[in-house]
Amino acid sequence: MKHTIKELEDIASQIRRDIVRMVHGCQSGHPGASLGCADFFTALYFEVLNHKTDFTMEGAGEDLFFLSNGHISPVWYSTLAHAGYFDKSELATFRKLDSRLQGHPTTHEHLPGIRIASGSLGQGLSVAIGAALAKKLNGDKSHIFALLGDGELQEGQNWEAAMFAPFNKVDHLIASVDYNGQQIDGPTSKVLALDDLQAKFEAFGWHVINTDGNDMQAIVEGLHYAKTLTGKGKPILNLMSTQMGAGVDYMMGTHKWHGTAPNDEQLAAALAQLPETLGDY
Amino acid sequence: MKKYTYTEKKDTRSGFGAGLHEAGKKNENVVALCADLVGSLKMDAFIKDFPERFTQVGIAEANMIGIAAGMTIGGKIPFTGTFANFSTGRVYDQIRQSVAYSNKNVKICASHAGLTLGEDGATHQILEDIGLMKMLPGMVVINPCDYNQTKAATMAIAEYEGPVYLRFGRPVIPVFTDPDQKFEIGKAWMVNEGTDVTIIATGHMVWKAIEAGEKLAELGIDAEIINIHTIKPLDDEAILKSVKKTGCVVTCEEHNKFGGLGESVARLLTTELPTPQEFVATNDTFGESGTPDQLMSKYGLDAVNIVEAVQKVIGRKK
Ligand SMILES: Cc1ncc(C[n+]2csc(CCOP(=O)(O)OP(=O)(O)O)c2C)c(N)n1
Repeated sequence: MKHTIKELEDIASQIRRDIVRMVHGCQSGHPGASLGCADFFTALYFEVLNHKTDFTMEGAGEDLFFLSNGHISPVWYSTLAHAGYFDKSELATFRKLDSRLQGHPTTHEHLPGIRIASGSLGQGLSVAIGAALAKKLNGDKSHIFALLGDGELQEGQNWEAAMFAPFNKVDHLIASVDYNGQQIDGPTSKVLALDDLQAKFEAFGWHVINTDGNDMQAIVEGLHYAKTLTGKGKPILNLMSTQMGAGVDYMMGTHKWHGTAPNDEQLAAALAQLPETLGDY
Repeated sequence: MKKYTYTEKKDTRSGFGAGLHEAGKKNENVVALCADLVGSLKMDAFIKDFPERFTQVGIAEANMIGIAAGMTIGGKIPFTGTFANFSTGRVYDQIRQSVAYSNKNVKICASHAGLTLGEDGATHQILEDIGLMKMLPGMVVINPCDYNQTKAATMAIAEYEGPVYLRFGRPVIPVFTDPDQKFEIGKAWMVNEGTDVTIIATGHMVWKAIEAGEKLAELGIDAEIINIHTIKPLDDEAILKSVKKTGCVVTCEEHNKFGGLGESVARLLTTELPTPQEFVATNDTFGESGTPDQLMSKYGLDAVNIVEAVQKVIGRKK
């Protein structure tokens, strides 16, 4: 391990502070699942991903990450800043005019760390598969990681991709699902239930693992374990249970904070629960 | 210049929500479908009163269009609701084959169109949807200008038989049209009669055209302002009649100048009455994050831009 679990938790705490401050700063954006995925992003970028911060689009010899549920951009931007891709002061520009930190991730403004636009849901898994195929053709044995929302899986393109990857033995691919059970209009179980996702992906030919996405030890171990499963003919699906809003008590467990910004009072209440560890931007 | 005032500001999407509710009360065949954006589309009142006539399809827009097309076969009048980008580009072939080519009575209702969607940025800000939809044979394309007109348009399309694309937006803007107006599909609305220039505006740009008209009056320019809420079928007659009088035209839309209202007007004029024209529209670009006002200003969609375009086009008159 490059860091202790405590160190990683401290990083995640700072990322959570950044998320609520960024969303508050522009009074828009998506705090809920950003907070829920802060532990995953920390584990990925600070422990698991083999990556360089002097960014190149191709990322030859590096592991690549694709965010399909682009609305959780705050957690990604904060992670990239703390990992060294750009200065954390730029987080203050999130969603503001002329910023590289667009509402949803984009290559158009050339933010280091981003390799494709996302925001219109359901497209990221296909892109990740394409990047994995290119790596294979290039003889590059690095890993491709992707993150998808659970509600997002209602988009049919995911299932086209889900069918393609095992059939074509795309086996350096580790896709994680942010299994928080929430989407905009309510709990996923009420909007359009996903039911037994594990059985569905297994039926398509994926190797499915389950992790607790809000337990740092578990998510680090889970992602390392997922890496050991690659190269064996099957893509890996990490069904990662999380809490929407994790770390901020009043945001937890409800779809209401999917895409709502906190007011001044709510911001203060959130920050009181999230120790500043690396210094605010 | 005729005086327009307003006492409140509202979003056009709320006009859609209110119109859908009214249409639902009037006709029990009106049904609604949504892809996980009920609150954004203001469908709550309809859902509350007609829960059995509402279908939540989840985040699955292609499926939604197909289901809507199928429901017309049982005599239903489906109104689909999601953001404009996911209502058009996302599902173009589903609309093309199952709705337009099959001539099904589906009302594709699209919120958060254009730059004024704001902070979400370019992935969500479609500026190409009017073009995409108007190219489909048989598709009616409507972009109303305020809350009242959107409500009236929503009720009117329920009574019209055939595929319709209804485009509206997110920001609150002045409510300045008649609350009891009768909405006639394909019929232009004369906002202000004038003699020096014809300003043709649609959607959120109509209020900006009125603001521009006031500024132009101060400069001694008497602008005729026409609201084209129905981009297809275009009210050729109203446009030709006005342009014959004024001899030049400025078109205004929150859309790419490639493929929008302006091009429809140019096509008409170039065949019937070649006339100098200027375009107030985005110039072959994607949008970005920012507040709606900042973006309208940065991308040249403010009243001042209309004034400048008018001055330029008047200079081009023979
Ligand atoms: C194609 C498309 N349709 C609709 C939307 C609007 N939208 C943004 S986030 C979201 C819900 C996503 O649910 P989920 O993947 O579970 O993410 P979470 O709620 O956990 O953040 C929707 C419907 C979109 N961005 N793209």
